[in-house]
Amino acid sequence: MERQIDVEIRELKDLILAMGCCVEKSIEEATQALILREPDRFKKVYELEKTINEHHILVDEACVRILARQSPLAADLRWIVATIKINTDLERMGDQAVNISHNGERYLTEPALKPLIDLPRMASEVRQMVRSCLDAFVRKDLALAEQVLQQDDVVDQLKNEILDELKAFMARDPQSISRALNLILIARNLERLGDHATNIAEDVIYALTGKDIRHGHS
Amino acid sequence: MGVEMLNSVELETLGLQAYFGQVRALHGVSLQVPRHELTALIGPSGCGKSTFIRCLNRLHEESPGARAEGKVLLEGRDIYAPTVDPVLIRRRIGMVFQRPNPFPAMTIYENVASGLILAGVRDRRVLDPVVERSLKQAALWDEVKDQLKKPGTRLSGGQQQRLCIARALAVDPPVLLMDEPTSALDPISTARIEELLVDLKKAVTVVMVTHNMQQAARVSDRTAFFLLGEMVESGRTDAIFTNPADSRTEQYITGRFG
Ligand SMILES: Nc1ncnc2c1ncn2[C@@H]1O[C@H](COP(=O)(O)OP(=O)(O)O)[C@@H](O)[C@H]1O
Ligand SMILES: [Mg+2]
Repeated sequence: MERQIDVEIRELKDLILAMGCCVEKSIEEATQALILREPDRFKKVYELEKTINEHHILVDEACVRILARQSPLAADLRWIVATIKINTDLERMGDQAVNISHNGERYLTEPALKPLIDLPRMASEVRQMVRSCLDAFVRKDLALAEQVLQQDDVVDQLKNEILDELKAFMARDPQSISRALNLILIARNLERLGDHATNIAEDVIYALTGKDIRHGHS
Repeated sequence: MGVEMLNSVELETLGLQAYFGQVRALHGVSLQVPRHELTALIGPSGCGKSTFIRCLNRLHEESPGARAEGKVLLEGRDIYAPTVDPVLIRRRIGMVFQRPNPFPAMTIYENVASGLILAGVRDRRVLDPVVERSLKQAALWDEVKDQLKKPGTRLSGGQQQRLCIARALAVDPPVLLMDEPTSALDPISTARIEELLVDLKKAVTVVMVTHNMQQAARVSDRTAFFLLGEMVESGRTDAIFTNPADSRTEQYITGRFG
């Protein structure tokens, strides 16, 4: 039996998926623009952010409508609550891609400080986390959501290594400071993206199991 | 979530079975009802909610051919013990039904006082304060205090139901049973009754059958889910409605059957 709420949840899921695609695309464009030194690609990020913001509102409206009209309970209720939170994270992720673009544009106005090695690794790790948490949400895949939580540790470690290396650069050569700072900010933006993906994974776990695992809660 | 803390248990059933002739309508239900909490009974129609609640004050056995087996403990004492008078039990455990049923020939005052009058109390100095207190508890006093001599049946449906609640409360029962008390009422009367239930719990333990899931979610502390004469699951209402343990509960409260 298909319930009216199933229809509405499916539409909502499509909306979140579309939004998630935009977020993935904007992270891809922002990081590739930086890595490949193709500043034109940053423009795409600013366009995508507008679409993401529109979806942010549409998703919220759909959630409120379902809450008001369908009075969801149990797994349905948890799913809507999780969606509301995931929506917020996705919107912030769009903002972080924009931040990467701003910092990246500034970085690209000067010659390369060094060949980027760890930063592309970190970017690829983060993009995989984003992909996985969205897949876990769509496919109701608990194991995949739990895997995202592990991956966040890798991202944090990469960020620390990048920071150490760039600090050493700045100490050696004052000429490097503004470029190193931009890269530090970008590493920080990527770290935040990983945190948002982690939040989404935690929300997926809550939607699927009813367990709130945030802040070591069990 | 941590360890679940129960208030002390007021009412408890142990392996309760109910029969209509040869037909068994309840298959051994064990449920604990904590004091001064509201326990909601939910489940599809015909699953045995009314039968269960009617066993709790020995009303079930009044149906032709009906009997109950198992134990029902009120404050630890079995109300089905041979020495117990069912009439006294029904005074200790009051009941409010789906359709408001004020006594037709009686005034509002007499309706509320009827339990005491039946027990032989005639003194107005005793009855007056009880009538006022009960009508206040039922959130009806302000609306009727100037017309206590009017017939109870003159009131609106929602007011009549609150009159029946006041009547049940007048004998000071520790437990009040309600079988779909708002299903014949409009939303505003329903909201008034839900509101008064929250206050009522401070004085009485309430067991309420409702087919309205949102109502159970709004007003109850604990919820028990019945299916086909069995109690599938009971627990804290917020847990039942956000994360039920049994998949049949999940299916029922999300409207997948029933
Ligand atoms: N007076 C009766 N005689 C015979 N069977 C009855 C009687 N009342 C109820 N039943 C049966 O007992 C079962 C439980 O009914 P009931 O307790 O009224 O369910 P609910 O209140 O959950 O809708 C049903 O199968 C119903 O048909
Ligand atoms: Mg019934």
